[in-house]
Amino acid sequence: MTGQQEPLSGIILDETTTLTLDELSGACRVERDAIVALVEEGIVEPASRETTEWQFVASQLPRVRTAMHLYHDLELNLAGVALALELLDEVNELRSRLRQLEEPF
Amino acid sequence: MEYKDYYQILGVERDATQDEIKRAYRKLARKYHPDVSKEADAEDRFKEMAEAYEVLKDPEKRAAYDQLGANWQGGQDFRPPPDWDAGFEFSGGFGGGGAGAASFSDFFETLFGQQGGMGGMGGAGFRSRGEDHHARVLIDVEDAFHGTQRNLTLHAPEVDQQGHVRTRERSLNVRIPKGVRQGQHIRLSGQGHPGMGGGQAGDLYLEVDFKPHPLYRVEGRDLYLDLPLAPWEAALGARVKVPTPDGPVDMRIPANSRSGSKLRLKGRGIPGKTPGDLYVTLKIIQPPADSEKAKAFYQQMAEEFDFNPRAGMGV
Repeated sequence: MTGQQEPLSGIILDETTTLTLDELSGACRVERDAIVALVEEGIVEPASRETTEWQFVASQLPRVRTAMHLYHDLELNLAGVALALELLDEVNELRSRLRQLEEPF
Repeated sequence: MEYKDYYQILGVERDATQDEIKRAYRKLARKYHPDVSKEADAEDRFKEMAEAYEVLKDPEKRAAYDQLGANWQGGQDFRPPPDWDAGFEFSGGFGGGGAGAASFSDFFETLFGQQGGMGGMGGAGFRSRGEDHHARVLIDVEDAFHGTQRNLTLHAPEVDQQGHVRTRERSLNVRIPKGVRQGQHIRLSGQGHPGMGGGQAGDLYLEVDFKPHPLYRVEGRDLYLDLPLAPWEAALGARVKVPTPDGPVDMRIPANSRSGSKLRLKGRGIPGKTPGDLYVTLKIIQPPADSEKAKAFYQQMAEEFDFNPRAGMGV
């Protein structure tokens, strides 16, 4: 259908891109209040609290999505989500170090 | 359509209490949640159990499901009996936002209708922005160095003029830019679900996943590579070719290099404003002693070197 058309280009959501509170909540399909609650719990941090509207570094999007998945699917409270995320970060780092050590030759 | 045995999926008896169902779901969800689990089929397993729980946790839906009878087997070809849901009314929408909420099976949708609560939004004067769409795209490490294109087929629910929800297939040709990293999202504005009543379309978010590579391990911007060396290359120093996703480069191995030591090729990681580095871990590989000549050479080394590799162990 659109296969032969000029390919679409997007933008990489990295540390140099920011999202507004509305953009972030839209992208995660949650209410603004849910993001505010995550900020209050220290799970995500706006790039600057000074401005009238919060801006978030776009690379935080996956973290917010994971947080919301854990919240809904595992029926955790936000403190539980925060703890799970910190432990997941640690597990991921340990797994990658383990891979490095176990790499076969 | 396949019959789904929701009790079997959650591993509970048909007469399980609501508490037992909740416990069973939570235990399985912690194990198979795709954000947590490393099991290969975690995502599919989790979707299945989220769907089972969606039905069994709700007494109304559970009663309706139970009415189908206990004689069905999971995977059996299934057609719902006419009027099967007479006398039941499913109140409330479905909680969105979870990892498993994206798509339930045909079996579920036939019995309980499409999720997402899009019905009733088609009225005149109602205008809303379309939902954002998330998809995952699998690329090779090399693609992050050169950029690539992917043809994606997306499935999006759409409400037709009669108010029925149907799935529409849409194919997109998307450019994956150079410099993209594992786990990053790419946003394509206006390529999500269409808006309602003339509202703006949502955005499409592509999550980038790297295929495992036989040579390189990727951490953020940096690449890691194990580089085999002959004992004499490590001992005497050498200039060797090192593979990179951008093609081979020359690297100088300093004399007296030890196995396991790490060298850095600056800027040879994933490209970007601050490009990553390529870390090379040296692995000394000894030639096999598989001929008389080779054995004689090892014998000679044993005699020439006054070397005890276990000296530090006091033996």
